Amino acid sequence: MGIKGKLSAGIIVFILLASVLAPVIYPYNPHAIDLDSLRVPPGAAHPFGTDQEGRDILARLLEGGKVSISVSFIAALIAMSVGLLLGLISGYYAGKLDTAIMAFVDLILAFPSLLLAIGVSVILPPGIYTVMIAIASVGWASFARLTRGFVLPLREAQFVEAARAIGCSNARIVWAHILPQCIPLALTLMTLKLGGYIITEASLSFLGLGAQPPAATWGSMISASMSYIASAPWMAIFPGLAIAITALCFNMLGDALSERFGIKVR
Amino acid sequence: MMYFLAFLAKKLLITFLLVLGITFITFSLIKTLPGDPALALVGERANPEALARIRAELGADKPFIVQYGDYLKLLSHGEFGRSYSTHKEVSAELAAKFPNTMKLAFFAMLLAVPIGVGLGFAAALKKGSPLDGFISSISVAGISVPVFFSGILLMLLFSLKLKLVPPSGTGGLRFLVLPAVTLSLPAIATLARVCRATISDIIQMPFVKTARAKGLYELRINLVHILRNALIPIVTVIGLDFGSYLNGAVLTETIFGWDGIGRYAVDGIMKRDYPVVMGTILVGTVVFVVINMFIDLVYNLLDPRVRAVYGNKR
Repeated sequence: MGIKGKLSAGIIVFILLASVLAPVIYPYNPHAIDLDSLRVPPGAAHPFGTDQEGRDILARLLEGGKVSISVSFIAALIAMSVGLLLGLISGYYAGKLDTAIMAFVDLILAFPSLLLAIGVSVILPPGIYTVMIAIASVGWASFARLTRGFVLPLREAQFVEAARAIGCSNARIVWAHILPQCIPLALTLMTLKLGGYIITEASLSFLGLGAQPPAATWGSMISASMSYIASAPWMAIFPGLAIAITALCFNMLGDALSERFGIKVR
Repeated sequence: MMYFLAFLAKKLLITFLLVLGITFITFSLIKTLPGDPALALVGERANPEALARIRAELGADKPFIVQYGDYLKLLSHGEFGRSYSTHKEVSAELAAKFPNTMKLAFFAMLLAVPIGVGLGFAAALKKGSPLDGFISSISVAGISVPVFFSGILLMLLFSLKLKLVPPSGTGGLRFLVLPAVTLSLPAIATLARVCRATISDIIQMPFVKTARAKGLYELRINLVHILRNALIPIVTVIGLDFGSYLNGAVLTETIFGWDGIGRYAVDGIMKRDYPVVMGTILVGTVVFVVINMFIDLVYNLLDPRVRAVYGNKR
């Protein structure tokens, strides 16, 4: 893996550590309202400034990082598990079952992804679980499609034939022989998708469909900043940078992984 | 010609099935909504007769599939329901706002296609050079910056600092520039990535070597031999990207106060105005699917190889 991949992985680890350790290493409470220091510009006391309720922006960014990254990660885990399972079944059994599963996959992929995620979000009470479900219920489809494409040629591979010859059941062939082959694909794809999910999570929070106030998420911090954009631009700039840098790192790490494993995703 | 007709019939059938599937999903979502599905469909302030009629038509006691059939019947009459908050017909509102969204998407595309293809082409021709590295980096960055953030940055710089254009509103070119540029950024990035990948594959093809061996000008090789062969994946991405224009429009229109279906949907989300949200999702998705069908048809007409493949198969 090249320097870009390692650097991205390093930054992701750094952001995660900082978010988790924030309560210990950073003095400000992300929810503490301070009416004496409303919208203070970045400076010595508050490195990233404060928001409209006097809360420290860096503290909220770190708190939001925990929420945004874990929500995206769990969503990606669900999407990958469902997609991997259906892709394996579809690719291994082929035939009518494959046609049916892929028709449903194509239907989900026919939707502009954010629109469908919004559709799923509005029917559930807003919150982090809703965001996870919304992202996963749109995201599984591309995992399923790529896994299926990867598994389909493996049906005729010699190691599968050998397994069949010594009497392995279908379930065992899929579980013990084919699934391990899919792991590099699944990991690469998950990393690449995480970059997008960070943005989707931020978009849904921006639209008010994510974690509700006073919870801090990067997207909701930006939407709260919109009313003060001319007088307190730092309220938007720092959360925006946090989203962009995190998504960028996942995308670059994903690119590095796909080069490393020789996987063509696009 | 026969092949094309067969192809056309197949495409139309697939598109029809997709549209049917899309309505099925929106209907399932509406059924899952908390509360009365009839209310969710017509809106709280619809007149009582309409509500009673639709409640009867959607009768919760009927089997799911019959209810779905009734929902399709309502849709076929252009009955998308009324907004909870404004009491206006959702179909009429969507029809009024749709041209604005299309205008925005069209201008974004007008920016994105030449810039994206140009960058991807340049990166592929100079593969491995610093220029390639630079273009690849900005294209990864382009897909990593959410449009609501790039939009805010552009607004801060060009309307609030430099006061070149108004920060928000709907109208002529002055209002259009910022949202269109914002919307085009991720599209430029995606196009550049796809173009670079496609064109660097094509450059290694024997026919390019032949062209070079014949002593043709580089420009002619680039345009006639390479670009023409890269058109299919590029055009496909342009079509698929229309979905990301719709995704992006939801956010971009909100930030810049552009009066299109994206902002309409967001207003609906804020007020939990279900007919508005579901109507927008349905219409946006159907338009997206139909546009992609047209793109498929167009390059089928343009590219003799697709015709040939299709002719051999059937």
